Amino acid sequence: MKNLLILGATSGISQAYLNRVADRCEKIVLVARSAEKLQQLAEHASTISDASVTTLVFDLANAEEHGKLVSTVTETMGTIDCALVSYGQLTDQARCATDPAYAMEQFNLNGTSTVSLSLHLSNQLAKQGSGSLAVIGSVAGDRGRRSNYCYGAAKSAVESFLAGLRSDMQKHKVHVLTIKPGFVDTPMTSAFKKGALWASADKVASDIDRAITKKKSVLYTPWFWRYIMLIIKCIPEFIFKKLPL
Amino acid sequence: MNDSWGNICRPRQTQSNLNWRTDVLPVADKKLVVGNRRSYGDVCINDGGAIIDATGLNRFISFDRSTGIVRCEAGVTLWQVAKFAVPLGWFLPVTPGTGFVTVAGAVANDVHGKNHHVAGSFGCFVKKLQLRRSNGDELVCSETENTELFAATIGGLGLTGFISWVEFALKPIQHSMMAVDSVSYNSYEEFLALSSESEKTHEYCVSWIDCLDKSGRGVFFRGKHAEEGGLDADLEAAKRSVPALVGAGFPLVNQLSVYLFNATYMRAHAGNRQYTETIAKFFYPLDSLLNWNRIYGRKGFYQFQCVVPLENAEVLKEVFACISAANQGSFLSVLKTMGSIASPALLSFCRPGVTLAIDFPNRGKKTMQLLSTLEDLVMHAGGAIYPAKDATMSAATFEKSFPKLAEYIQYVDPAFTSSFWQRVNAK
Repeated sequence: MKNLLILGATSGISQAYLNRVADRCEKIVLVARSAEKLQQLAEHASTISDASVTTLVFDLANAEEHGKLVSTVTETMGTIDCALVSYGQLTDQARCATDPAYAMEQFNLNGTSTVSLSLHLSNQLAKQGSGSLAVIGSVAGDRGRRSNYCYGAAKSAVESFLAGLRSDMQKHKVHVLTIKPGFVDTPMTSAFKKGALWASADKVASDIDRAITKKKSVLYTPWFWRYIMLIIKCIPEFIFKKLPL
Repeated sequence: MNDSWGNICRPRQTQSNLNWRTDVLPVADKKLVVGNRRSYGDVCINDGGAIIDATGLNRFISFDRSTGIVRCEAGVTLWQVAKFAVPLGWFLPVTPGTGFVTVAGAVANDVHGKNHHVAGSFGCFVKKLQLRRSNGDELVCSETENTELFAATIGGLGLTGFISWVEFALKPIQHSMMAVDSVSYNSYEEFLALSSESEKTHEYCVSWIDCLDKSGRGVFFRGKHAEEGGLDADLEAAKRSVPALVGAGFPLVNQLSVYLFNATYMRAHAGNRQYTETIAKFFYPLDSLLNWNRIYGRKGFYQFQCVVPLENAEVLKEVFACISAANQGSFLSVLKTMGSIASPALLSFCRPGVTLAIDFPNRGKKTMQLLSTLEDLVMHAGGAIYPAKDATMSAATFEKSFPKLAEYIQYVDPAFTSSFWQRVNAK
């Protein structure tokens, strides 16, 4: 991988991934909302790697500008070898019930805008006839659960979309990876009490690195989530609806 | 993870995180910023107060490839620095026995390593640091600006404010492997002789001592950076973890397991052996066993580390006798002589003499009694106890261990405190 693009570069998983791969890159473009944080991250990336590092301040929830963003990126780095889409927010499910406007705004951020961005990026990769598009979904996308179905539904939409896109992109030799992390210890989840199922951002980043290199289609990270979610998906609905999951 | 490495404090403290240098320091009147919490006792604990975890500040800021001066955020670990710098021909100027400590933690405890006799402590290599005080001041401290705060912050146990970044000097290396020489010895006197002889020829010296053996047998390790092999060798070894189940149960450390381990270890290192090994294996042998503190079970363990002046080095024989009589020692007791290079710190533990570090499984009152006996012996000999390892020393011992304490106290941030500070500054 020569040219790396990270969208949502200041997230915990993005930073851990950047740490792993920065020294293998020639050009790095980091996109996020906060200029202040991007600056700190760019200093870091320029120190640990010889790559040229560019930052773009951009609100990724703003889908109307995605086309412009991708063309700016392309002008900056030429070929995109890998684009990691790794932004979003953990939706407050309780608030969604009383505040539908908030629910829709969250659905747009975690779902619709990600679909839009993936479309623009995949068009560019198809034009190149190469590259990997890696998008962070979630194990929450596997089945709507009482505790976080607004977040889960948005991720589910993204993952269905990516499944189709992956197949569609075969003819262009573009690799599409759906990343489904379980519980990851990052700033996004700092309020949670951590237990045995929690993984570090670095563990997840190392799995993502391997999955991109090996051109995998769907990555559950850590691996055991594939089986946990398999069980959850198999529970018959008449039981599932009574479970406090 | 709330407790320190020894798992003995069980604090009730609120916790928040800092993830960016520009994050606002939480407002609290009893706060303590901590890193990876590898201190054994209570310097990284704040019972009844607020803990602010700065491990999210794990980014580099700059590195000058010609001078080896690196600037990085507080929560960058020493291993992170080593992994980054070694392939470029640089290494940590000083490193303790674990790479998991953060750079700011290394500053706040003024840590030392196997090269203390030729290099001094970590604080000797700090060029600059940024200190954020609770009154909103953001001060760059160095040998030339805010010099008093600089001296108070190195070894200052995190109480002078929040260290947000540190700039320090790395040292050049040509090759990444370590050339090691191990020599077994049968008495404490032999250790002292080996030490004074090896310190003239070897940059890194440390020894392992069997604390259950009355004569004081052990193995002396002396190492140098290798003279061949280049910089490409693998740094990292495979890691294993002690399962959480072990940590929740009974300790695996008992007289039988310690006896068997020590006897096996002595046999494996009999005589004189020469070999090369990786930096990770030489400096951080325990880091490949993640969560090794769990072998002490639910009740946790204490570590006792003291230093005594060379002229009173005999007192350590009494220390060994006490430990042996109490049948309380554990694996891996470490013995090393420290040199005379002074640290800029007001509160540095490092001083010329012999330093000993021993783990004790927490057996309640019995262990506390032993620790207090050892403390008396050491203080009587004009020694000092290391705050980073300590959970029990008295206020009087602390005061006696650190002659510049009164000067230091003026620079403590009024909104910062720790369980350690509450204990030793009980005025």
